[in-house]
Amino acid sequence: MESVPQFFRTGPSPQARLFFFSLLSILLMIADLRFESLDKVRQAIGTILYPLQKIALAPTNLYDQVDDLIKDLHLTKEINYLRQQYFLHQQQFSRLQILEEENTHLRRLLNAAKQTEVKSIMAEILYIPRDPFKRKIILNRGTSDGIEAGQVVVDDLGVIGQVTQIFPWSAEVTLITDKNHAVPIQVARNGLRSIISGVGKNNELELRYLSINADIQVNDLLITSGIGGVYPPGLPVARIEKIEHDRSYNFSRITCVPIAGVDRNRHVLILSMPLSTTPESTTSSDTIESKS
Amino acid sequence: MSKDYLEKELPLEAKSRFIFISLVIAFIINLFPLQEIIFLLRPDFVALTLLFWNINQPHHVGMSIAFISGVIMDVCNSSILGQHALAYCFMSFLAIILHRRLVLFSIFQQAPQIFWILLLTQLIVYISGTLTGSYHSDWYFFLSSITGALIWPVIALILGISQKPEIDPNAL
Repeated sequence: MESVPQFFRTGPSPQARLFFFSLLSILLMIADLRFESLDKVRQAIGTILYPLQKIALAPTNLYDQVDDLIKDLHLTKEINYLRQQYFLHQQQFSRLQILEEENTHLRRLLNAAKQTEVKSIMAEILYIPRDPFKRKIILNRGTSDGIEAGQVVVDDLGVIGQVTQIFPWSAEVTLITDKNHAVPIQVARNGLRSIISGVGKNNELELRYLSINADIQVNDLLITSGIGGVYPPGLPVARIEKIEHDRSYNFSRITCVPIAGVDRNRHVLILSMPLSTTPESTTSSDTIESKS
Repeated sequence: MSKDYLEKELPLEAKSRFIFISLVIAFIINLFPLQEIIFLLRPDFVALTLLFWNINQPHHVGMSIAFISGVIMDVCNSSILGQHALAYCFMSFLAIILHRRLVLFSIFQQAPQIFWILLLTQLIVYISGTLTGSYHSDWYFFLSSITGALIWPVIALILGISQKPEIDPNAL
């Protein structure tokens, strides 16, 4: 057998390569889905990608800067407006302080647990992953800013989502509209507890498995119940848009619209809740994120 | 088909540095933050760049590079690791077995054939996504392979610059 000259040597045939690489990809998928053992790999690749993300963001940053320059002309008006708002809020804030003191006092009287304080970090959306079926965003804050997986992301109106994957300088947020995401909620009107889940579509949430006779109405406000320990209680989540009763099912089909601008904002807040020592925290692992 | 392929110039081999830079740029373009509608329509530039190099330089850019790009793409997309890797490998395979035929066509005639390859690639992404339970049916997902095919001539032109032979009239 004569060996093939260098020029004609091509290595394994395309079919063999395809077989090898498909097998490798399928193994990767299984490892990622079933054993969730590839977080470190993801983090490493994510870190390498960070400069590329920065470059990709440069045009929008430039646009923002130009926009800011133009906005400077309207600044005096805005300052006046903000000053007014400031005084208004200052007054409300002082009232809030009194209420908070009163609350702690009353809680002490009742021997109830202290409400946890919530700190927040401002973050900007770096980019949205291409996958149109996953409702996720990437923020420009990461472990270097003290972000941890499981922290809650909100905007000025309500809940947006939850940090699910962290990189050194960026973090991945699963939005509440994602198909695999659920939030424990309460109806603000009567305190009815339930869990709201995303359907994978923009601006739509679903309240599953509520019996037909449940006391729920169109336009009811749904707020986080705080059960599970991930979401702090009292944040607005959604408003009920439509209730369909189908006699052939035990449950009614309830569609809701998220209150927060889940798909609109550039800037969001990441809330960091100190882990509560109440027994609630033991159940937090299995309630919130039901990964398939 | 006319026999104009006989008059085609023999393309030079592109430098591997150029290939690397083109892939990096494709990744950057893929990462641009965009609005929802454009978002659905935008073609996968990494796939297109890979396809171009697979067709024109199958010995330099093979399935291993496609696989690595796929894994990186999975991290960018925050999809399951291996999903895009699998799809890109299939795409690469098709391009490599078809590359002798594809280079005979002009870049405009290549576009419809690129469309089928891109569609198949997306189908693999879609099927693996559905089997792992994270996808639901939305036909407009496949629109981006049409835009990909439409933008193919532009990409082929840009990337083809590196392969233009320098013709020296005083050579002989």
